[in-house]
Amino acid sequence: MSRPILEVSGLSMRFGGLLAVNGVSLSVNEKQVVSMIGPNGAGKTTVFNCLTGFYKPTSGSIRLNGEQIEGLPGHKIARKGVVRTFQNVRLFKEMTAVENLLVAQHRHINTNFLSGLFKTPAFRRSEREAMDYAAHWLEQVNLTEFANRPAGTLAYGQQRRLEIARCMMTRPSILMLDEPAAGLNPRETDDLKALIGVLRDQHDVTVLLIEHDMKLVMSISDHIFVINQGTPLADGTPEQIRGNPDVIKAYLGEA
Amino acid sequence: MSKNLKTALFSSILLLLISYPILGLKLSVVGISLQVQGASAQTLWTIGIAAALLFVWHLVLRDRLLGGDKLKGALPSIPANLKDTLTLPSVQRWIMLALFVVALAWPFFGSRAAVDIATLILIYVMLGIGLNIVVGLAGLLDLGYVGFYAVGAYTYALLAEYAGFGFWTALPIAGLMAATFGCLLGFPVLRLRGDYLAIVTLGFGEIIRIMLRNLTDITGGPNGISSIPKPELFGLSLDRRAPDGGQTLHDFLGIAYNSTYKVIFLYLIALLLVLLAIFVINRLMRMPIGRAWEALREDEIACRALGLNPTTVKLSAFTIGASFAGFAGSFFAARQGLVTPESFTFIESAMILAIVVLGGMGSQLGIIFAAVVMTLLQEMRDFNEYRMLIFGLTMIVMMIWRPQGLLPMQRPHLELKQR
Repeated sequence: MSRPILEVSGLSMRFGGLLAVNGVSLSVNEKQVVSMIGPNGAGKTTVFNCLTGFYKPTSGSIRLNGEQIEGLPGHKIARKGVVRTFQNVRLFKEMTAVENLLVAQHRHINTNFLSGLFKTPAFRRSEREAMDYAAHWLEQVNLTEFANRPAGTLAYGQQRRLEIARCMMTRPSILMLDEPAAGLNPRETDDLKALIGVLRDQHDVTVLLIEHDMKLVMSISDHIFVINQGTPLADGTPEQIRGNPDVIKAYLGEA
Repeated sequence: MSKNLKTALFSSILLLLISYPILGLKLSVVGISLQVQGASAQTLWTIGIAAALLFVWHLVLRDRLLGGDKLKGALPSIPANLKDTLTLPSVQRWIMLALFVVALAWPFFGSRAAVDIATLILIYVMLGIGLNIVVGLAGLLDLGYVGFYAVGAYTYALLAEYAGFGFWTALPIAGLMAATFGCLLGFPVLRLRGDYLAIVTLGFGEIIRIMLRNLTDITGGPNGISSIPKPELFGLSLDRRAPDGGQTLHDFLGIAYNSTYKVIFLYLIALLLVLLAIFVINRLMRMPIGRAWEALREDEIACRALGLNPTTVKLSAFTIGASFAGFAGSFFAARQGLVTPESFTFIESAMILAIVVLGGMGSQLGIIFAAVVMTLLQEMRDFNEYRMLIFGLTMIVMMIWRPQGLLPMQRPHLELKQR
């Protein structure tokens, strides 16, 4: 059993009179694919926003490797290795695919003002390494031939893959994907599934997933959390969830 | 036809209304009726005829003569391929080189007045390039840019007045000082976005100016600071007589004194500063920080999710932009020999912003052309009264004809070499 990397307990998020998330607890183990499912409006994305610092949770604690991270601003949490994608693709559309990947490496390259101004050898080396790393990941997501095209001109499925590659540029320990398969055709979904497997097995990334495509969720997840109307409903392995009467009721309604 | 009638009526009435204040007409009560005064009968007739002509033009002639086309079609358009060629980075580099050669030769052929105006143009180019970092690259609308220009100018003026600093030592200090101000002012305001940021920066620009005016003991208030020394060339003064114990250039070289040397020298300093600015901005665009600006302009939320601190990135743009204004400001002070708060009013900010927007956001060549056009417009003393009118007209024509600016930027893209 691997050790837990992300532990969330009693997470609540209140918007005025609306309690969007109520007492959600998660425990995510290292190098696993963990899915969060639930009907529309259940509060899954709100949980994501709390975890990544886009919202400040009303109460509850979030621990990353034992360190409290709740309430930190988004970019600080991202620097601790928690990066995410968005439900709607958020690429830098005017920039080329490879430039999108370079921006994401901002923190890992030489950003010294003077060395950049005078193109010192250290600066050149750092730029070259960033370029090589970007090229490596473009190949991983099969986009090498589109490297110099503006990201906005890529097909939707390609944009989705580029977004995942861009997240990988930050060398994350947890990758949070918000509905990555939305709008993909069955073949692209299969590619995505393979890619997520590669991320977990070869790059030691923990993947936290929100997804409505049950086939994908059931086939790839190591663990599933179900959320309904902001409250946790069930959690367990895909088999346990599949047979859970509460989950079936939440999705299909009372029989 | 009814649409034409509406346009025709509207434009004729507008003409009548506008001619009232412009031609200085006056309405006064005579007995129980109103009478138009302050203009000869001839002027009144001209206005009436103009209104009638405008009415007829819009009602019938316009459609017939222009074939019902929109105004857009009537303006000559630049052929599409020429447009693309002109915005190519490689072509722009050649144009830039040609411009540099012209700029270098300019003082030796142009008259003294021409060199003087060229120096002014160069100051605006420098300001435009600096503001371009903030507005064009980082996408932050800054309406108080002139504040940093003032900081730079006053830094040199005060250092020269109270501490006897020369231009060359004060120049970097002025840049640093403006950058510090940019950083200090930017820190609280950069959380704001769009319109709010514009308003707050506008306020800051005014605050700096009014502060300078009211610190009468130090800055001399509305009278400003005068007799600021001109730059020296390696310790040689270019004045007729060197101030206490110094040596003048014409003595040193053993040539006769000529006051144009000083103008040419100032021009060359401005040229040097502009070249430095262009070099720096060209590097910046290819540096990680330049990419971060671009990314931030496109999607702030995505930037945050990737671990970029939006405040730091914006602050860096604001600070670097402000330092350019500081350099330009200290040069301005040296050239004028006099700084007053009235040189740094909002209209200057608007002018610099207009240069950036007219030139095409983010493009340096565009900024240079726009600075030339705008400065010449400003310097047209013959049309002094109509200056703002021409200014406005230029803006309108530009927005219809080329809303993206004269020469919009094609950003240098980093290319992945295909293996």
